[in-house]
Amino acid sequence: MKLRHAVAVAIFCGLASGAGAAEIAPGDVKIVEGALDTPLTEKAGDPETGRAIFANRKQGNCLACHMVTDLLDTEQFHGEVGPALDGVADVYSVGELRARIVNPKSELPDTIMPSFYRAGGTNRSAEKFAGKTILSAQQVEDVVAYLQTLKE
Amino acid sequence: MKRVISILAGAAMLTGASYAVAELADGYKAVEPTSEDSPLTEVISGYEFRIKSTQETQDDDFENPGMLLLDQAADQWSVAEGSAEKSCADCHGDDPLEAMQGVGSTYPKFTEKGDHRAFRNIENQINHCRTERMGAKAWKYDKPDLLGMTVLVRHADRGEPVNVVVDGDAEALFERGKEMYYTRYGQLDMSCAHCHEDNYGNYIRADHLSQGQTNGFPTYRMKWQGVGSTHRRFKGCMKNIRAEPFKVGEDDFLALELYTSWRGNGLPIETPAVRN
Ligand code: HEC
Ligand code: HEC
Repeated sequence: MKLRHAVAVAIFCGLASGAGAAEIAPGDVKIVEGALDTPLTEKAGDPETGRAIFANRKQGNCLACHMVTDLLDTEQFHGEVGPALDGVADVYSVGELRARIVNPKSELPDTIMPSFYRAGGTNRSAEKFAGKTILSAQQVEDVVAYLQTLKE
Repeated sequence: MKRVISILAGAAMLTGASYAVAELADGYKAVEPTSEDSPLTEVISGYEFRIKSTQETQDDDFENPGMLLLDQAADQWSVAEGSAEKSCADCHGDDPLEAMQGVGSTYPKFTEKGDHRAFRNIENQINHCRTERMGAKAWKYDKPDLLGMTVLVRHADRGEPVNVVVDGDAEALFERGKEMYYTRYGQLDMSCAHCHEDNYGNYIRADHLSQGQTNGFPTYRMKWQGVGSTHRRFKGCMKNIRAEPFKVGEDDFLALELYTSWRGNGLPIETPAVRN
């Protein structure tokens, strides 16, 4: 509770000063009942950038596991490991989508889906990636913004 | 050793737990697990998940690029080396494919007696013979000499069912390998089981996931433009999940090799298999 308060203050300060530096650190994320309603950054996510991150093999690579009709034109290989994400924004709130990307293991401890914005908790990470999140806070916001466009 | 295998195979046929190949509804050829403890209900070679042209390259010994190493190794078999000036043939006989029958399907395992007793895969056993019996230098892991001789030993058992033993002395390593198989590794935080147990048959982007069986190893891989070992494949899978791999040829991967091989007990050996 105290933490969330501090974060809220930090964001507020950021906004007020226009500094643009405020961002929730991975260790400060608190998923509540499967949702993370507070954005990780103050800059609104950009759905176009999010779409690219979703497909990029070195970034989200969400397409490795999820089919999305919206990307069928430009991307040949869509994975089958997770559910298709068409219409996902009709089913989940923004906060739920954000939580699902930040740390799906908070709801589904056994899932294969990586936690894209989690502090530590991994085993034998290669040196290059150790202690780092898979996506940056802003990239998560961009992907969330893209997922919100997936309505049927 | 050959005798042990044929007795086992005979017993399996009688009990109906067999190595007979069955067509499944989804079209993969599978064998039944040989152990009740197996987490798998169907045991399927990686061959089944490859496209037809890749399968055809494997099926044709003249097309299969892995066969080149086999020929080189067959020549090397009778070359005397080291301070003892001995060749493989001096201890094992002139015909390598005959001499090595019943060998490759049982590795990795404990070999030798007394002070020399250790858990080895084929690669390590070959190097053990070189250093201890021939007085020659160990060959480098995943280099053509060692790969070729490993291919030769495994190839002598082509078509025979994988048959590793996991009880007795091997139990501790088996348990360690099992734990590794289900442990999440790397920044992507996945276990072998996430891909090869829960998702075989599914595409992960452009890759058609198999059960990650080892019956085709050492394998010719198009991506490698050459033949590679089981441990090289393990290393690749760990790198893909952004993990720090264990060391090839050493204990951790030997344990994982034992456990993974056991999951494939009953699958016919395909060495040298062809994969993309
Ligand atoms: C390695 C596989 C994998 C990757 C990579 C992956 N996911 Fe998932 N995802 C899953 C699986 C599997 C599920 C279903 C939950 C489960 O069974 O674990 C899922 C569920 C979801 C859901 C909920 C869908 C529903 O209908 O319940 C969303 C949203 C989602 N993923 C988005 C993403 C995004 C965005 C990315 C990339 C930033 C991503 N996923 C990357 C495997 C993956
Ligand atoms: C992110 C998914 C993923 C994970 C996790 C993973 N692998 Fe793989 N593995 C693959 C893919 C993709 C291939 C190539 C296609 C295939 O055969 O499945 C492969 C191939 C293999 C093969 C070669 C199979 C053959 O027939 O040639 C073996 C053996 C293997 N993996 C073992 C492992 C082991 C052991 C682990 C754990 C250390 C592991 N894999 C973790 C994706 C994965």
